[in-house]
Amino acid sequence: MPAARRLAPPDGWSAGAGLVALAVLAPLAALALAASRGEAGHWAHLLDFVLPAAIRTTAILLTGVGLLAVALGTTTAWLVTAYDFRGRRVLDWALLLPLAVPTYIIAYAYLDILHPVGPLQTALRALLGYDSPRDFRLPDIRSMTGCIVLLGFVLYPYVYLTTRAMFLMQAANLMDVARTLGVGRRALFWRVALPLARPAVAVGASLALMEALNDIGASEFLGVRTLTVSIYTTWVTRSDLAGAAQIALAMLVIIVGLVVFERAARRQRRYANDAQQPRPLTPYRLRGAAGAAAFALGAVPVAVGFLVPSAYLVHAAIVRLRFAGLSSNIVTEAAATVAWSLAATVVTVVLGVVVVYAARLNRGWWPEVCGRIAALGYAVPGTVLAIGLLPVVTGLDHAIDAAATRVFGVSTGLLLLGSGAALLYAYVVRFMAVASGGIESGFSRISPSLDDAARTMGETAGQRLRRIHLPLMRPALATAALLVFVDCMKELPATLLLRPIGFETLATHLYGEAIRGTYEDAAIAALLIVIVGLIPVLVLARVGHTRGLAP
Amino acid sequence: MITLFPSRLSRAVLCAAAVCLATPAAAQELNLYTTREPGLVQPFIDAFTKETGVKVNSIFVRDGLAERVAAEGTRSPADILMTVDFGELILLVDRGLTQPVQSSTLAQAIPAHLRGDKGDWFALSLRARVLYADKDLGISAFTYEQLADPQWKGKVCIRSGQHPYNTALVAAYLARHGEARTEAWLRGLKANLARKATGGDRDVARDIMGGICDIGIANSYYVGLMRSGAGGPDQQKWGAAIKVILPTFEGGGTQVNVSGASVARHAPNRAAAVRFLEYLVSDAAQKIYAEANFEYPVKAGAAVHPIIAALGTLKVDTLSLAEIARHRAAASRLIDKVGLDE
Repeated sequence: MPAARRLAPPDGWSAGAGLVALAVLAPLAALALAASRGEAGHWAHLLDFVLPAAIRTTAILLTGVGLLAVALGTTTAWLVTAYDFRGRRVLDWALLLPLAVPTYIIAYAYLDILHPVGPLQTALRALLGYDSPRDFRLPDIRSMTGCIVLLGFVLYPYVYLTTRAMFLMQAANLMDVARTLGVGRRALFWRVALPLARPAVAVGASLALMEALNDIGASEFLGVRTLTVSIYTTWVTRSDLAGAAQIALAMLVIIVGLVVFERAARRQRRYANDAQQPRPLTPYRLRGAAGAAAFALGAVPVAVGFLVPSAYLVHAAIVRLRFAGLSSNIVTEAAATVAWSLAATVVTVVLGVVVVYAARLNRGWWPEVCGRIAALGYAVPGTVLAIGLLPVVTGLDHAIDAAATRVFGVSTGLLLLGSGAALLYAYVVRFMAVASGGIESGFSRISPSLDDAARTMGETAGQRLRRIHLPLMRPALATAALLVFVDCMKELPATLLLRPIGFETLATHLYGEAIRGTYEDAAIAALLIVIVGLIPVLVLARVGHTRGLAP
Repeated sequence: MITLFPSRLSRAVLCAAAVCLATPAAAQELNLYTTREPGLVQPFIDAFTKETGVKVNSIFVRDGLAERVAAEGTRSPADILMTVDFGELILLVDRGLTQPVQSSTLAQAIPAHLRGDKGDWFALSLRARVLYADKDLGISAFTYEQLADPQWKGKVCIRSGQHPYNTALVAAYLARHGEARTEAWLRGLKANLARKATGGDRDVARDIMGGICDIGIANSYYVGLMRSGAGGPDQQKWGAAIKVILPTFEGGGTQVNVSGASVARHAPNRAAAVRFLEYLVSDAAQKIYAEANFEYPVKAGAAVHPIIAALGTLKVDTLSLAEIARHRAAASRLIDKVGLDE
């Protein structure tokens, strides 16, 4: 019977996964087409003068950000799951807060704070008795080190989020065994918890690295010329779309290679729990100075990644409000930001479930391949993806208009582009990997034996999903939804290019100000982005607290 | 989902669709695509709507304006394409995304070298690429060539070489001095940098105040935005920390760039579009360019803002904008080659 099922013809789930894959492939195909139209002549220039430096810069940046994000994410996750101390419950969710701060905002904020004429160095000079910044200055933050530190401190929550969930629900039994064998707490982390959490660390780290790789805001602002910035320059300054598409696709191939490599290295291991409810790890109580030290340790990333830049934004926003008042559009922009991000989140998570579930149903290689393809949108810089989406969306628009005119005698104009549907499409393609990554790790913790049991009782695939999987992976779904929402809200390049006329989000407003160097005008919009981003973070924190977390 | 849209937004969305449905003749609306920051464009839109009753829907697209309009093709709702850089404007013309306009109002207001022969582009305002220097520095004149002088080693601040403002400056240098001299000049400039070539033009003033550098290259209008207090009290301090020199090329004048606009090839509201362009060169609008944006008005005889006038008399370099635009891609490649932004 199971063998017969495996050979069954493609069903609704596989077809759905196929459609999602197609939707993601379409803009990539458009890019490939654009790339094929270019000449190869400029590659000599790129190879001689651009790519070596850009690749080196990118490699250093990714190594640095990866190490920092994994170090911060895993240690803080271990801290709040393996230990109990005063303030742990607050840290539990507060460690997520930097997610709400877009990279471009943190870069602006820290340059202002740390600039020689900014508050910190001015105070420092007063303290040390120097009159002029010419006599005493701290190193400039506009550097590779500055970029790594700032990106690391806003991107570590991706690792924290996935790893904490793993620590909470997976390791308890094994760790209890290890403990009875006399393994100390620290060794437990290195030898049991961390190796077990590897899929979660890999998912979190790859999300953080993709963000770092595709970042233009902070990197460009801090003077770090990554591959993404080079692609952007090639396209914009030299009007060479074909060249930019070629580099972007080459980069995509490398990323896909790395992802495949990581998966292959992980393939031989299984990480799923037994069907039995796993026991959560019993946290070790820290009292007095030890407890205070633990809290301080966990508070550092929250302070650097969230509290300091937010306090700065609040200050700047108040100055701005006194100076120029509140723009009447900002409420509209905030509402638009929330509405579109919410819609995109719902669509992305639903489609993400379809894609991942189709692969789990295990009906041949095809749904699995679709799942991998669906995640590709995240590996392409947002600007480039937007350019790839443009011909796809307008192509559909032209076809719809022509058909409507012929059949009904009514012109629809540019329906998708004009209605904002193109924007939804862009968000879904761009952030599908964020959703499917979380959903996949949710599914992976549900033992296949549960599926088999349900199947023998005659439940269909849809019933199993509704009655077993979805309830068991509510926390994973919530996590995926949070990440997608926050990403949509911060998204800039695709929003700029594909939005309808007269439509602004907080991010585009902020960018419009920032681009002419009037960051201070943008302080209110920046603060609103952070505040709106806080809402889902807090919701997620509540979900986490119900301890419905463990499947 | 629709009920979630705030009313303004849903109207805007419906407008976008409705605009395409509307016949051009009945249009009392105008669709503006701009690479210029919304904050700098809004004063003109408000004044134009007040004067004519024509409603302006705008979208700010920084990069990919040409790609978007090209993809929208014959169904594009775009009427006016406005850019902040001359190179971008010429690109739109070269890609066939604009259409010619014959208007005696425009021809009279804009000098011939600041508009296309066929009426396919029009410059609307000018700005100069000037030198910011520490206010205590004993210099009173400067040439762009001097930026490479070893005297300034570790003392120069500038934004990314690949930013259109700097690519235009390098393109002008290239058109004037040829490739070998430009490359040597860029290498000299690179050696003189005090920090990474990044940030914005105002950061040059702030970094001079912060003691990071002594001189730097930036746009003229930021001086007005900083010194007038329009950018807040902090920026007023930055503006006060510098003095401004209008540099020239050796044996030439000061490098300028323009903001400009064209009527889109498939403009559904062509008449309103021409009317908008004509409005932008009216005395009232040119006054906004000077007073709100601190730019040099394109119209002969229109007054500049006192803060800008105080910088000295602008002697515009004679090299044509079209000639500079032709060297833009080569300039960008040279900037890569010397690794100015590394």
